[in-house]
Amino acid sequence: MATVAAVIASTHHPFYYRASTSTGTDRPPFADEWVSKIEAFRETLTRARPDVLVMVGSDHFHQLWLDNMPQFLVGKAPFYDANFYNEEREFGLPRMFLRGHEELSAYLLRQGIDAGFDLSFSNELRIDHSITCPLITLRPQADLPIVPIYTNIFAPPMPQPKRFVELGRTIRQLVESWPSDARVAIIGTGHLSLELGGPRQFGPHGPDPEFDRKAVGWIASGDLESALAEVSLDSLWLPGNATHGFMDFMLMMGVAGDNVKADYSDSLDLFHTMEAYFTWYPEARK
Amino acid sequence: MSKYLLNKFLYTVDRDPELVERYRVDPVGTVAWWETERANVILNVPELERSTWLEFTDAEREALATHDYVTLFELGAHNFLTLTLFIAMFERDYDEPLGFQLEYARKLSHFSLPYPDIST
Repeated sequence: MATVAAVIASTHHPFYYRASTSTGTDRPPFADEWVSKIEAFRETLTRARPDVLVMVGSDHFHQLWLDNMPQFLVGKAPFYDANFYNEEREFGLPRMFLRGHEELSAYLLRQGIDAGFDLSFSNELRIDHSITCPLITLRPQADLPIVPIYTNIFAPPMPQPKRFVELGRTIRQLVESWPSDARVAIIGTGHLSLELGGPRQFGPHGPDPEFDRKAVGWIASGDLESALAEVSLDSLWLPGNATHGFMDFMLMMGVAGDNVKADYSDSLDLFHTMEAYFTWYPEARK
Repeated sequence: MSKYLLNKFLYTVDRDPELVERYRVDPVGTVAWWETERANVILNVPELERSTWLEFTDAEREALATHDYVTLFELGAHNFLTLTLFIAMFERDYDEPLGFQLEYARKLSHFSLPYPDIST
């Protein structure tokens, strides 16, 4: 059976690429510290020696639209082009080209549907920055095949937080039952408190540092019980109007397991939103 | 109220570099053209099979035609779509980094929780 080589959860900050590659007067004062934290975080994936990456993210109204909106979607394609014109425009992100892993995609779809998740699928999916940002931070050579999984954290009505957690648990079980000797890293990105297009956007910190402090504690300690008790679809509007991206962190907590402490955790308080990075090594617990 | 159609306008303009510029310089003309020619085109369906019923309310049309992102927020247009498109159009007019984004926040500062509903 396949090995879950690492479980990784983080924020995806679209400004990292530009901040980390800029020089001279264009380079923001926080860039060096940010790069140093990212390089340490990257090492947590490199050390796991993965062969395949399952990448959980959320399309930001690029390919998926309100006339036909899936809640959970698995890409099944041999290749994925990545990043869109408006992400080049606003964030300076490069166009990317990624290999897919159709066999694992097919396995997750078939077994996931049979496990009670009526997963949508796509045979031609262009990937956006929710998945390319963690590739840029964690695996910039982008040399490994991926299985993209998209969740709807953007367009109400959305699935309940507990459903994200359950999907995470299911993804973990399915990868572990996949008949393969591959080493699979499961990587997902979301948000802590975040405001987009609202009065609290682009402040000196995230819109709700208290929520961020609690959320980082829940993730680092695997405290799904507290997270599920305090977080609801309604409550997530309060820390910031784009905070439903936290449900992707909850999905990753489901992958990592109840009360399983992260083996690596770090954060960085930036303007607009807090960055947070977590890695678990399930193998070490076997 | 046709929040879906507001979002469809923002979405289809934002993904097209030429339309972004056209909307920036001629908002009234672009909105009128779009409502006549594009509002009823289903995005993944041949144009022949278009819808027959989608139109803006007067308030929605006016908000789009005047680049009034405060009213778009009030009407429940999706916050991400409005922000992204308006950054594309107006960030260039500000000297300071994030100058437009911070003015945008200030202009919305009279809103308190709960914000207008963005459900469609």
